[in-house]
Amino acid sequence: MLAATVLALALTIPPAPTQRVNDYARLLPAEAQQRLEQRLTERERATGAQMVIAIFPSLEGESLEDFSVRLAERWRIGQKSLDNGVILLVFVQDRRVRLEVGYGLEPVLPDAVAAQIIREVIGPPFRSQRYAEGLEAAVAAVYARVETKGVPAAPRHGFGVSPATLGILALFGIIALILARDAVGGGRARRHGYTAGGRRGWDSPSVIVPPMWGGWGGRGGGGGSGGGFSPGGGSFGGGGASGEW
Amino acid sequence: MKALLVALVVIVVLVVAVGAWAVGVYNSLVGLDQSVSEKWAQVQNVYQRRADLIPNLVETVKGFAAQERNVLTEVTEARARATGVQLTPEALNDPKALERFQAAQGQLSGALSRLLVVVERYPELKSNQNFLSLQSQLEGTENRIAVERRRFNEAVREYNTRLSLFPGTIVGRLAGFRPKAFFEAAPDAATPPKVKF
Repeated sequence: MLAATVLALALTIPPAPTQRVNDYARLLPAEAQQRLEQRLTERERATGAQMVIAIFPSLEGESLEDFSVRLAERWRIGQKSLDNGVILLVFVQDRRVRLEVGYGLEPVLPDAVAAQIIREVIGPPFRSQRYAEGLEAAVAAVYARVETKGVPAAPRHGFGVSPATLGILALFGIIALILARDAVGGGRARRHGYTAGGRRGWDSPSVIVPPMWGGWGGRGGGGGSGGGFSPGGGSFGGGGASGEW
Repeated sequence: MKALLVALVVIVVLVVAVGAWAVGVYNSLVGLDQSVSEKWAQVQNVYQRRADLIPNLVETVKGFAAQERNVLTEVTEARARATGVQLTPEALNDPKALERFQAAQGQLSGALSRLLVVVERYPELKSNQNFLSLQSQLEGTENRIAVERRRFNEAVREYNTRLSLFPGTIVGRLAGFRPKAFFEAAPDAATPPKVKF
């Protein structure tokens, strides 16, 4: 809670994106941005792995790793069950980069490989201001790993969520949906049917439900872009690497 | 007679309503408790991941700087002590147990950062591909530790809050739920070893 307030004062995390290339620093020329977007779209269709680029003007004193993983938690890049998302963050004034790798891609893109991509693929062109070139090379390097090593079908999650828990969560989700639809569609006529005391017990699971709504909100935003981009709900655990140029 | 029946119905309805409500509160406490346990499993996973890296790291450093015996044995011994302290989710109710876990891991963090300082004196080692790879893995693992510790603390905070606020506090006391300890940032573990590229 405290960290969130501090964050709000400095560098805020943008809402889930509606495109793959998010240049908040206006670093790239429009045509380079478009080319990258196309490349990422095509690679995502071919492999299923989702990669997104975010370019910020400055970290504004934030910790790179902390900001990066919080952004990953909010954006939820990658498919939900596979966690096969990658986020490439660039901070122009700080001259720092981070590759944030989703849980599911950690075996394919281990930290050492991510560090190597930053050192050897991104670093040299970035040092001579050839940003678009560096980013394109990074996209190629990341997807080359995904293709040769293959995306694991069943991600090793580490979270001990049993099928029973998932089933209960799904049930709660369905109940919440029905309640929500009734509340919206049913209108006034049915209001008297609810007794506050009786419903309280069922309201409490809503603590667990919000992430689902959050995920849907993101998807709704993506639908309008026409490019077919929507974050899929992937999880990140801080894998990847950071570097400077 | 009729009044009695009405009273009986009212009592039954009340009992059922209160029961359903208490079950709801209880279930949410169980859910939060389970979430804390899951997050704890992740915390232990990432610490184990760090421990798994160390033998390889020690071997690599030995190849270039065998004379740094003190710091190398310190790391190896701290690793052995740290892997010796494992906590079951039930032990999380005991702040002392969590303190022991933190102290052991904190010692290992300290030994590791001393090792990385020593390494600075060996340029050949620093440019060794194997060492570079281990170093980025170690950095990544320290980052994962920070992430999973934060998530664990967030889960504990949510659980403790629910337990200390009104409906939770009654149901929790009746059902034997107890508040859990947070992961404090140890002074020497707060700053993971940093490396520049």
